[in-house]
Amino acid sequence: MQLHLKNLYTRARIIQTLRSFFISRDFLEVETPLRIPANAPEENIEPHRSGSAYLQTSPEICMKRLLSRGYGKIFQISRCWRDGERGNRHVPEFTMLEWYRANTDYHALMDDCKEMLLDVSANIKDCYNATPVNLDEGIMRISVREAFDRYCSISMESAVRDGSFDELMITGIEPALALLNQPVILMDYPIEMAALARAKSSDPSVAERFEVYVGGLEIANGFSELNDPIEQRRRFIDANKKRSERGLSILPLPEPFLEELEKMPPSAGIALGVDRLVMLFTGAELIDDVIAFTPESL
Amino acid sequence: MYSVADLKKGLKLTLDGAPYLVIAFDFVKPGKGQALYRTKMRNMINGTILDRTYRSGETFEPASLEERQMEYLYKEGTHYTFMDQQTYEQVIMEEVAMGDAKNYLLENCKVDVLLYGEKAIGVTLPNFVNLRVIQTDPWAKGDTSGNDSKPATVETGYVLRVPPFIEEGELITIDTRNGEYSTRVKG
Repeated sequence: MQLHLKNLYTRARIIQTLRSFFISRDFLEVETPLRIPANAPEENIEPHRSGSAYLQTSPEICMKRLLSRGYGKIFQISRCWRDGERGNRHVPEFTMLEWYRANTDYHALMDDCKEMLLDVSANIKDCYNATPVNLDEGIMRISVREAFDRYCSISMESAVRDGSFDELMITGIEPALALLNQPVILMDYPIEMAALARAKSSDPSVAERFEVYVGGLEIANGFSELNDPIEQRRRFIDANKKRSERGLSILPLPEPFLEELEKMPPSAGIALGVDRLVMLFTGAELIDDVIAFTPESL
Repeated sequence: MYSVADLKKGLKLTLDGAPYLVIAFDFVKPGKGQALYRTKMRNMINGTILDRTYRSGETFEPASLEERQMEYLYKEGTHYTFMDQQTYEQVIMEEVAMGDAKNYLLENCKVDVLLYGEKAIGVTLPNFVNLRVIQTDPWAKGDTSGNDSKPATVETGYVLRVPPFIEEGELITIDTRNGEYSTRVKG
């Protein structure tokens, strides 16, 4: 059998495992519309137009509205679209797993991540080329500020100020994380880099947002959700302002989401790139190797 | 003018006044951060490798390169001289820019020369060239040493491995892509 086909078998197994993982922990599997009138406007994410609407860049808007309606633990595996994103680890149409927990904060999600990685590792053992994640030492947690102090020549604050944050993340921090023999949770991002996350009460200059890295590969982004509609609207408008300064289109605001946000309990949510997870467990270097068709092959 | 969206392997562009060939390229995007375009480029004149990261919105000048058929005239020191047969204009190429091409070039042969402005920066050879063997040991009949090849020197001074039956004075075909013996030219 071709390697590519073997990877697709592992992919199917991983998706089945993820589904049972959440169902067995009393999460409700939900399906929300893929085509929506508005996404959460973000400075660096280009939604794909679909007639007079957009394809979702993430299911977060609808899933958070379900939290506002009283659903406590929900998950969804769905397709998302982000225009122009094509690289060794990016395709413009990809598969995302999102899960949300009401009445808790981002620490609960970090624990979920560890258990989920253990569960998938155990369930793919008999798959070809299976590469289980080494969790003997658990997941290392390090703040973004600390990572800058440790791996870069300038502080997190200066990097945000001079606009080199993203570049240092890619050239300084990610390669250093790749050398560690255990998964890493990079946490507490500058508030400017977390449009939908809640500020940390002990240090409002950072948001309760984290990214999970395994072998230098970024697989998930989670946070304690912002549930203040006034602050959320302000951040959306700010994102649109930055977009317009860069010559990008102004995006519509998800009004019903903003209206219902007030009713959302303190919650935490996370988005995990399923294709990336399959890359991780198959040892694939290219996202092309873990999806049935690349956009170029259609 | 190129934009970052045009970046791909094989693209040739001008940076700081020199032509560069993109040899590796990746689109990266940290978390919810901005898109970055990581490239590895080779200076087409001196071969140095450059790592550069670009952001969306940046633009590039294409490298203005021209390929012209020219005749190789002679070598002096580390300079190789070529002549355009239409205009009789002559250009000089440095040995470093010649690369392996110097192993296959005979005076008066015609090749495609890559020009960057007035400067010759490379030669495109045919995939196969025929060159005469000027030195090789005779084939010892009944040789049981098990060697299935022996060294031979061709008229450009290039040394390669050839099958034992090749004799001095014979014409052989060489694959210029890997520098290896391909076949014997009959006749």
